[in-house]
Order: sequence, then structure tokens, then C-alpha cells
Amino acid sequence: MQVLQYLINGVSIGSVYAIIALGYTMVYGIAKMLNFAHGDVIMVGAYISFCVTNYMGLPAIVSILAAMVVCTVLGILIEKLAYKPLRGTSSLAVLITAIGVSYFLQNAAQLIWGTAPKSFTSIVTFKPFSFADGALVITGEVIITIAVSILVMVGLTLFTGKTRMGKAMRAVSEDRDAAQLMGINVNQTISMTFAIGSALAAIAGVLLCSTVPTLQPTTGSMPGIRAFTAAVIGGIGSIPGAMLGGILLGIIETFSKKYISTEFSDAIVFAVLILILLVKPTGLLGKQVQEKV
Amino acid sequence: MNEYSRKMIKVSTTNLFREQDAGKPPVLDVRNLGIDFGGLTAVDGFEMTIGPTEISGLIGPNGAGKTTIFNLLTSVYQPTRGSILLQGIDTKGMTTSKVNKLGIARTFQNIRLFNDMTALDNVKVGMHNQIKCSFLASLLHLPSYYKSEKKANEKAMELLDFMGLADIADQKAGSLPYGVQRRLEICRALASNPAIILLDEPAAGMNPSETAELMHQIRRIRDTFQIAIFLIEHDMNLVMNVCEGIVVVNYGKIIAKGTPEEIKSDPAVIEAYLGRKNEVDA
Amino acid sequence: MKKLLSNKTTRTNTITYLVVTIAFLVMQILSSLGMLGSATKGYLVPLCAYIVMAVSLNLLVGVCGELSLGHAGFMGIGAFTGIVVAAVLKNVIAGDVLRLIIAMFAGGIMAGCFGFLIGIPALRLRGDYLAIVTLAFGEILKNVIGNLYIGLDSEGLQVAFSAGSVELLEGGKMLLDGPVGATGIEKISSFPMGFVLILFTLFVVLNLINSKEGRAIKAVRDNRIAAESVGINVTAFRMKAFVVSAFLAGMAGVLFGLNISSLQASKFNFNTSINILVFVVLGGMGNILGSVISATVLYILPEAMRGLDDLRMILYAVVLIIVMLCTWSPGVKNFMDRIRTSIRAKLRKNGKEAVNNE
Repeated sequence: MQVLQYLINGVSIGSVYAIIALGYTMVYGIAKMLNFAHGDVIMVGAYISFCVTNYMGLPAIVSILAAMVVCTVLGILIEKLAYKPLRGTSSLAVLITAIGVSYFLQNAAQLIWGTAPKSFTSIVTFKPFSFADGALVITGEVIITIAVSILVMVGLTLFTGKTRMGKAMRAVSEDRDAAQLMGINVNQTISMTFAIGSALAAIAGVLLCSTVPTLQPTTGSMPGIRAFTAAVIGGIGSIPGAMLGGILLGIIETFSKKYISTEFSDAIVFAVLILILLVKPTGLLGKQVQEKV
Repeated sequence: MNEYSRKMIKVSTTNLFREQDAGKPPVLDVRNLGIDFGGLTAVDGFEMTIGPTEISGLIGPNGAGKTTIFNLLTSVYQPTRGSILLQGIDTKGMTTSKVNKLGIARTFQNIRLFNDMTALDNVKVGMHNQIKCSFLASLLHLPSYYKSEKKANEKAMELLDFMGLADIADQKAGSLPYGVQRRLEICRALASNPAIILLDEPAAGMNPSETAELMHQIRRIRDTFQIAIFLIEHDMNLVMNVCEGIVVVNYGKIIAKGTPEEIKSDPAVIEAYLGRKNEVDA
Repeated sequence: MKKLLSNKTTRTNTITYLVVTIAFLVMQILSSLGMLGSATKGYLVPLCAYIVMAVSLNLLVGVCGELSLGHAGFMGIGAFTGIVVAAVLKNVIAGDVLRLIIAMFAGGIMAGCFGFLIGIPALRLRGDYLAIVTLAFGEILKNVIGNLYIGLDSEGLQVAFSAGSVELLEGGKMLLDGPVGATGIEKISSFPMGFVLILFTLFVVLNLINSKEGRAIKAVRDNRIAAESVGINVTAFRMKAFVVSAFLAGMAGVLFGLNISSLQASKFNFNTSINILVFVVLGGMGNILGSVISATVLYILPEAMRGLDDLRMILYAVVLIIVMLCTWSPGVKNFMDRIRTSIRAKLRKNGKEAVNNE
């Protein structure tokens, strides 16, 4: 029963990682850049949701929508102002700029909301479910998190598989120049990717802070790095890979904390990443690219 | 025909050896070489021997697998079947850098120079394994470093001069004209002190006068360094004039082998290049 | 000689050494005249350490073309090795300078060894995957050091991974206490030693770049396949650069660690690695003097803006983004080029007129 409990908790936190990892992986696939500011968009989303519920007293669902809108706009703005001018130059330049954006978001949040952690009120109001005399407890947060992530994954799979825009995204990520020649508006597609990724980050932020209720300007960094790791484990650029990587990472993290060592859980998670890359150098579901000679 | 004798003699295999190579072991001995990519057989049953001072050519239509054969010979790809004996040593499982040390150097169809480095430095990179200077001596710039650098510089300038590139020694490789880049690549390959050098379309993109100069240089390289040359080329004038033995491949398989005269009149070759006679007529 | 080393590289190298030496002398003179506040003096040694970090990372990122996001991990290994070695040798070697030098080499060698161990798996990967593995290793090292307990007593060193396992005799001292880190560190680093370390680093890195090893490393960066085709063992050269870079980072760590009274493993996190990477990229890839200058400016800038309090880091972020956009964006580059050509044309015209007027 205990194992099942940890498994469920692992899948729950893994689902949050998966949603964040989707943002990393989509942006990487399309813009070929490591967007290190993505973790901080999560934090902004959580703060917006916090303000809407706590200062305006509006219901949770409104706060989530508000967070999604703000993050979407923020994502598009970041792309237009900071990344687009550097498109086509060294990927390292874009990486450093992304780090600049990350610093900016963190410090702006600190300026607006202060460094003191805020206590985030969970968006979930119903009571935990208890099974087998309390041996297995499933909290409302866990249920909502898993439900939302399933919704997101199904939605995103349908979007990229069925819609025009989704197909355009896949085309751009496959070969940007060819897609452009086929009449796809690359700028618009990239904006759309950032928009979707950032909206997902907002959702992830709210879910994350509902589970771990301390909210501060650095809230997004560690989950950001974790989710990035998840995206790489799954094969960066691959959408199903991000989902798989996120959930795997969540399970590994929970189990290693319980059964191996709490102190070394970070080391274990990253060691797993390295092991996976040694066996599959481009991640579990990543594409193997061979250089043409 | 010209001062370069075409006198060829038959050896144990179907290959030809130059008279002067008779009795010497071949520099390259390829047997039943093949590679599959997934389900696709790119090269199959490729066999040939190259004498120590032979100039031979590899021709065939586009997509016939010529560059793949070069990639196999230089261990860029590992063969699925067969063996490659380089100076009598089986290169199975070796890395590209290891087989270079054993004596095979090459140029690339799409030129691969170190674009940010000068022509001189490109050649000096080619000489890397000839420069005797320990890591510590390099790190601390001990006297042995200065000595080895001086020697390397002289040798590299000599090579550049040999290829007629001495005056562009200090220019960035990436900024050089196409034809010059091709010659610089040959120069860099020579710098690694090979026993055989593979040239992948050396005349591509050259004008007729550059090509004529190149033909002359290819013979000079063989005569001066006494090494074997194996080249892929679409310019039939160059191939027929320079090569002493020619192998023709199509769809990854050898369709003909012989002297230029034999190849010119081989029906299989004519078919591969021009299509079946009746097809052409139709 | 003149023909041997192209004049341009020799000149650039000489300028690099000169700039560093002059900067050091100026700071020393200002310091002896009492013109430096204690706060400014406090920045000098960490600044030296960060310069060494930037130069060593530039060897990896700029010269070798390998992105590393875990450089601070090597600094951390060096720092804590140095702290332990310095403490162990306290009663053996009297002179602080000699003890510091030994500690530095110990830290460097330890970091270099870890660099080698990490390099074996990491260097099989390329590009962004190598970057993520270095990030992962940086985090692992931070995590492991953060849970390392080292005690010293009359019986010798005791090492353990849990708090209770180290039982010291009377007079024993915890050198490293898990998450609490090292406390009561004896400060034996000094600005002159920092300067010497910078010179040593420059000497090693510049010499390496201008040798056959450096040529091979650059060749691997420019065109891996071509480099292999002329007999360069690509993995070996990536490894050499990686180990040398880790070694120097370890030495910088010792300098840094033996300059403050308490130090935690969390100092050497992802953010520190990233900051050093920022120094390298803004200073120019492969440009060693550029790394020295940008590390100096970017380290001093936030410190100098302390008066601005909350705004300073936001300003830093904005400056960083703007500088990146200005130096890398093709649009801005074209614009700047056009301005430069028009100014130059104008100057030439004025010059001609001046000549004509004469």
C-alpha cells in the first residue's frame, strides 16, 4: 500500500514536471534554444494566481485563467523582445539572453512581491480521499494535478496532430527553412509555441504551489531545472518524451527520497539523467541525428 | 601517351599494378566490403587492391556509393561485412584518427577546412602527429616546444609551397577561393604523412585551367612522395588521363574494373552512364 | 623567432599580461596609499578567483566549443579540498604562502581528477546534451559536498556522509559539516597570490592555445570530422581541455575558499556556473583578455550598484539583455556597421580636406 501511495505522489509531482517540460521541449524543438527563463514564468503564473485569489477574492478558476493570460502575454513579449532579434545567431547568445530574462523576472518579482515567502492557498477545496483505513490517502491536489495533466497531454497531442497550427509547429521544428518555403508563417508559429508553453507554465505554477504552498521569487528555478532534466530524459524536442520524462522523474524522485536517501535525492535524479543519456545519447524518445560526411 | 608509363601488369587478383609496384605488398587491400543502412544496402561486395604508388580512380553515377566507400575506408562508417587491410593491418573497429595514423588521409566532397584558422595552421593541424612535443612542453613552452614549432613551420611552408599555396599561408582558410581551398585540403591531408591519399572530387567547381593544373599536381604528389592516390571524380578527362586503374561502381556494386582504355569501351559502364542503348534510342 | 610565432598572437598575449599586471600594480598602490575602502579590498580576492574561473571556462567554451553549465562544481571541489588541506597542514608547514600554494595544487589536482572522471561519460555526448550533463554533474557535486562531513583530530581525518558518524577526540575540529559547510576557515589567500594565480592561469591557457595541442583543440571545434581525418583523437583533446579547465577552476576555488571564514556547498550552484558563463560570453568566445575584463566589470558592477538596493539586480539583468542584443543581434550589428562606415568615410573626407587645405 505504501508503495502505491508513493507511486501516486510521484506521478502527481511528475505530472507537474511534465507540464513544465512540455514548455521546454516545444520551445527547443521550434526555436532550438534552451529557454532558461521558463522556470520563472511558472513563478509569475503562481504569483498572479495568488494575487487574484488573495487580493481580489475571486474564485480559483478565474485566478488560473488570469495567470494563463498574463503568462501567455509575457511569453510572447519575451520572445519578441529578447529572443527574436537573436534568431539565427549562436545558440549560446540566446542562452545567455534567456538567463538575463530569468534574472529580470526573478528580481522584478522580488521588487513587486518582496522576498518573504507567501503562503499559497491551494486551489483545491475538497477533502482528501482515504482508502484502506488511511493507509492510502489521495489528496485533492493529487487528483486535480493528474487530471489536469492528462487533459493537457491529450489536448496538446490533438493540437499538434490535428490542427493546422499544430502541424505548422511540427513542420517548423523539423525544418524551419523548408517550412517557410511551404508558406508557413514561422514568426507566428514561434510566437504560438511560446504562448502555449507559457500558458502551460502558468497552469504548472498553480498546481505546483497548490502542492508545495511556499511562493517566493525563486520558486520556479529548481522545478524549472528538474523539468528541463525531464525534457532531456525524454528526448528534448519530443512532446511525448517530455510527458514520459516528467512522470519518470517524479516517480524516481519520490522513491529515492523514501527508499534511498532524502539528502541525496538531487544527486540520484541527476545521476539517472546521466545514465539514461549514456545509454540513449538523445534521450528516451529523441531522434538520433547522424552527421553527413 | 605521355611520360607517365601506363605499363600495367596483372597481379593475383583482378587488379592491375604498376610495373614498379610489382612484388610489393599493396597499400590497400579491400575484400568483400559492404555496409547496410537500416534495410538499405549502400555498398556490397566491394573489392580492390591498390599498389604503393598507384593512381586509381573510383567513378560511377551520382548516388552509386562512392563517398560511402571513402567513408568506409577512413572508418567514418564501420562496415557491415568484409575487411580493409591498410598496409597489411585490418582496420576493423578502428577510429578515423587511428586509421589516419596507419597511413590513410583524405579530402572531402564538401570541403572541410578549419575555416577560422590560417592556411598555415590548417597544414600544421595536419602535421599534428608528426610534431614531437610533449603536452607538458606545450603547456610550459619549454625549449623543445620552440624547436618543434620551428620545424613544423618549415615543413608546413614547404608543403604549401609544393602545392603553390605559399603566398596565402597567413590567410584564413574560410576566406580563400574555392579552387584554392580544394588544394589546401590536399595539402593538409599530405601533411599527415599518409601512404595513400583519398581525394573526393578534387576538381569539383574548378575551371578547365585549374583542372589541368590539378592533374599535373596529382602526378607530382605521387612522384614526389611515392604514395598511392585514390580519387573520386566526375571529370572524365581528368580520370582517364591521370588514373592508371579505374573501378566503376553503380548501386553500391562494382560493375567494371580496368585500365582507362578498358573502361572506356566497357558496355556495362556505358550502360550505367548513358542508359541502355535502346532506351536512348527511344 | 619572429617568423615562428605570428606577431599578432605574440602582441595580443603581451598586452594581456601587461593589462593584468598594470591593473594589479594600480590596485596595490591605491591600497598602500589607503585609498581603498575595506569593502573594495574584500572584493579583490574573489574577483581574482572569478577571473581565473572565466579564463578557464573560456578554454572550454570559447576555444574548445563545449558548453559547460557546471563549472562552479569544480570550483567547489577545489575550495573544499583546499580548506581541508590547508587545515591539515597547519601544524606541518609554517609559511602561509607555501601552504596556500600546496592547497591550490591539491585543489586543482582533485578538481582535475573529477574532471577526468566526469569527462569519461560526458564527453561522449555533444552540444546541448553535454551541457545538460555538466549541469547535472555540477548539481550532483554540490549535493554530495553538501552532505559530506569531514573532521580532523589528533588521529587524523575522518570522512563520512552522515552527521553522527564523525566522532572526534578531544581538541578535534569539524572541517566540513554537511549543509552547514566549512566554518572558521583560516584566511590565507591574499590579493598578490590571486594575481599570481591569474598570471599562472594566463600562462597555461595562452601557451596551450598557441601550441599544437591548442591547434588540435580549435580544429576539433571547427570541424570534428576533418580533425579526425588527419589523425586527431577528438575525445582525447576534448578531455585534455576539460581536465585543464577543471584543474584551473579547482585552483580558483581554493583561492576563493581560503579567503572567507565560512563556506557552504550551495555557493557553487547552477547560478554561479551561469554567472561565469556570462563573463565568458560577454568577454568574447575564445578571447582571453576579454574574459578577464568582462569578469572584472561584471563582478564589480553589481557591487558598485549596492546603493541602488532592490533595483540593482534588475538593472544588471536589463544591462545583460541589452548588451547581448547589441553585440549579437544581426540587425543591430548591421546598424552599427553602417554607422561605423559612415563615420569612417566622413573622417577620411575630413582628412583629405585637411591635406588639401595644407
